[in-house]
Amino acid sequence: MNARLSSMRTPLGRVRGYGSARSGTEHFIQQRLTAIANIPLTIVAVLIVISLIGRNHAAVAQILGSTPVAIVMLLFIISIFYHMRIGMQVVIEDYVHEERAKYALLILNTFIAITAGFSSIYAILRLSFGV
Amino acid sequence: MADAKGPAARPLSPHLTIYRPMLTMMMSIAHRITGAALYVGSILLAWWLLAAASGPNAYATFQSAASSSIGRIVLFGYTWALVHHMLGGLRHLIWDTGHGFGAAEREWLARANLAGSVALTIILWIVGGYLMGGLR
Repeated sequence: MNARLSSMRTPLGRVRGYGSARSGTEHFIQQRLTAIANIPLTIVAVLIVISLIGRNHAAVAQILGSTPVAIVMLLFIISIFYHMRIGMQVVIEDYVHEERAKYALLILNTFIAITAGFSSIYAILRLSFGV
Repeated sequence: MADAKGPAARPLSPHLTIYRPMLTMMMSIAHRITGAALYVGSILLAWWLLAAASGPNAYATFQSAASSSIGRIVLFGYTWALVHHMLGGLRHLIWDTGHGFGAAEREWLARANLAGSVALTIILWIVGGYLMGGLR
């Protein structure tokens, strides 16, 4: 079927990016997928954090770097930082309508999430590999 | 007859200022606010992990900040936001299956969300406080 006829949208409307750009479903699925992953990962991560309260640095470093804890923490970090980035994206899109400010904040959001996320991953790997 | 100036006064859908505050509405707002708060919280998480990876001095700096009174208030808020957002997320996942939309159900879910987040946060802090004194 001709793509132009399959939609009521004008080509201009589609190019401007208003309404569906055929990526909303993907966003929704990623949001829910990370939400589901976050539940068990957060429960385990909270238990790990609680078990580390009051311990000295050597013990914390050893436990965080141990294989099962490191793997859970890495999965937890990837899932929450991804969820956090796409969640904040929606908040920005909902409240910031001025184009330049909106795109600046969307870029900043991605930079913050990636920087904090990869810093956390780096920290876990460093503890794990003992370098 | 028609005034050409300005856009036509089209009907707008009702917004926050129109509605009487309701629990479910407040919980929706709280879900978004706790989500935004967790954004800041996860940066604190990154700090904690980097401090642990950097060595005893950096870790001691984090620990003294975390155990200060402001640090404790922030961490208590982080705990509540995390639990509240997670339970709120569970509510959304229930709604995704098409259940829980009835008048009684959604009120019950909102109350359970709020009560559960407060109760769980207090339980987590009691356990944490016990471990703080118990382990070294």
